[in-house]
Amino acid sequence: MINTKSERILRPTRGLVSVNLSELWRFRELLGLLAWRDVLVRYKQTYLGVAWAVLQPVLTMVVFSVLFGRLAKFESWGAPYAILTLSALLPWQFFANALTESSNSLVASARIISKVYFPRLIIPVSAVLSGTLDAVIATGILLVLIPVYGVAFRLHLLLLPLFFLAAFLPAIAAGVWFSALNVKYRDVRYVVPFLTRIGMYVTPVGFLWQTLVPKDWWLIYNMNPLVGAIDGFRWCVLGDQFMPWWPGFWASMGTTLVVFILGLMYFRQVEKTFADVV
Amino acid sequence: MSAPIISIKGVGKRFILGDGTEHDTLRDHLTAGVRRLFGGTKKNAVEEYWALRDVSFDVNEGEVVGIIGHNGAGKSTLLKILSQISEPTEGEIRVRGRIASLLEVGTGFHPELSGRENIYLNGAILGMARAEIRSKFDDIVAFAEVEKFLDTPVKRYSSGMYVRLAFAVAAHLEPEILVVDEVLAVGDAAFQTKCLAKMGEVARTGGRTILFVSHNLQALRALCPRAVLLKKGRVVEVGDTSNVLNTYLAADNGIQTVHRWPEGELPGNQEIRLRSVRVFDEHGNNSGIFSTSIRLSVEIEFECHEMLPTLTLGFDLKTTEGETIFRSYQTDQAPADHPPLRIGRQTWRCDIPAGLLNFGTYLVCPRVNRQNHYLIYEGSAAVRFDCVLDHGVSPFWHKLKSRSDRAGLISPILGWVEKPTSTDV
Repeated sequence: MINTKSERILRPTRGLVSVNLSELWRFRELLGLLAWRDVLVRYKQTYLGVAWAVLQPVLTMVVFSVLFGRLAKFESWGAPYAILTLSALLPWQFFANALTESSNSLVASARIISKVYFPRLIIPVSAVLSGTLDAVIATGILLVLIPVYGVAFRLHLLLLPLFFLAAFLPAIAAGVWFSALNVKYRDVRYVVPFLTRIGMYVTPVGFLWQTLVPKDWWLIYNMNPLVGAIDGFRWCVLGDQFMPWWPGFWASMGTTLVVFILGLMYFRQVEKTFADVV
Repeated sequence: MSAPIISIKGVGKRFILGDGTEHDTLRDHLTAGVRRLFGGTKKNAVEEYWALRDVSFDVNEGEVVGIIGHNGAGKSTLLKILSQISEPTEGEIRVRGRIASLLEVGTGFHPELSGRENIYLNGAILGMARAEIRSKFDDIVAFAEVEKFLDTPVKRYSSGMYVRLAFAVAAHLEPEILVVDEVLAVGDAAFQTKCLAKMGEVARTGGRTILFVSHNLQALRALCPRAVLLKKGRVVEVGDTSNVLNTYLAADNGIQTVHRWPEGELPGNQEIRLRSVRVFDEHGNNSGIFSTSIRLSVEIEFECHEMLPTLTLGFDLKTTEGETIFRSYQTDQAPADHPPLRIGRQTWRCDIPAGLLNFGTYLVCPRVNRQNHYLIYEGSAAVRFDCVLDHGVSPFWHKLKSRSDRAGLISPILGWVEKPTSTDV
């Protein structure tokens, strides 16, 4: 017999909509499958396959080291410039790729959205999740290069997953928001590549921001959520000299939280019209 | 009496046309905002469109309900609201049980992934748990007949294999409520039959509640005891499928028993032009639903500007599939019986005898020729009518309820006699 508990009422939603966590939990398998699909599809019919996950950060690292370390001779506080860059590239590239993938995810899933119901939130989140594998591979390279450049392994490295979360959350926050905006405003398609390109230079991927940003601007500069994540990564890899400036770190986290909440709210607000608009 | 498994109360769905859809980029919104600031009263008529309005009906557990209506009647919108894809603008629906919607087979198939991978992915998208898919995996593969290609990307599948696999996954869903929309419109005739059979099996054995939208009236008759008729977003009738179908066919299955060409667009040439075609029965009834126990007449009105000794005027009687059942010309009869041709306006009538046609929809397509010369006019369907098989003369005919009960495009009453045995030769 049908359990009366399973009764659902479909009616117009009004006002603020909360996130239905139990429903999300029921669909966790689909979340995993969609992320797994994205990973599979990303490297199918590519000649180099997963090697791309290695090449991208390594080549960027080389270019940045030469550009900023050798030519511009930026301060590195005695750390090898390659490691300084790579440890920042890791969270940044994860964020940039995840944002690109997830902001496009809802529009790319238009057919599914208009044919089957499941919590839409799964789509941008799975897109972010699918970038994790690349990040793990890149971390592997980092771990290989650390001794190559004569840097000692530190216990701090155990904190890496925590700071990875500091890059993961802003990716989800922005990805959720942009994906929903993209359903209605296809401008997002132009905004995101622009943001990630500019962001790469505004965010301290190729330099130490403490040496370039005037002290009065530090707090504002740290409102870029990726600054916190990058500082954390450098701290884990290069030691206490690179300890994050904690007020700034919390500012980064604050921005993440605000974007996360606003993004979710916007997403839930427009979610019900996706199928009609997309 | 337990509560209905689906209870729909006053459901409506509004779409905003015009204003909403034009602002597809941010710029449009910005410029519209600026214009509003400076221009003051910029009137942008916002057009509302109710795809559904005030829809209420209940579905009980285990029922198979058909949803009928023309394109744009709101069938698909209703199914989308039921399956939670789209939200109603007003009203509410209470659903007790898991709904799975089959609005299209192969939803979420990824061309780059293999058949095996797609089974898991598609199953999950349709709402199956991984354990559930695993336990049905072999059945799905067997049903789809794709064992050998399980590890081939589906983009290399033939379209037949693709559809089979997609349907196989969907057919192994086991929700309490199944919502099906036109899935049967895919594949070739043989595959459609297979799908229909599967649907029937699910409906009979599963005790499952099914909502079924189709334009295939035969399938609806066969599968659904009860039906809902939608017209322009509103419920017109709920009830016994054959009654609802009759209303549907009578009201607007494109039924048209009179066709008059507008002045200036009369088909033909300078010698002869058609003016109108109509169909009615012996009693003058022109509702478009005719009983085969009564003689039908087709009347063609035309104007003749020249005496045409070789004129042949007539029509094709066709099925809705476009197959010609028969063709008739006034010249088919003995020359003495030809209706006389005069200069000017006149009307000829052709009688279709009672006890000839079958259940179904028939089209009358007029045609005008000059015999052994050329075709003057070959029309598409001018009038369209429905027949209900009821020859009457034998009680046997009353037992037939639908087209599927009597094969054939027509069902003439022919004579049967015993071969005389007494006069051995």
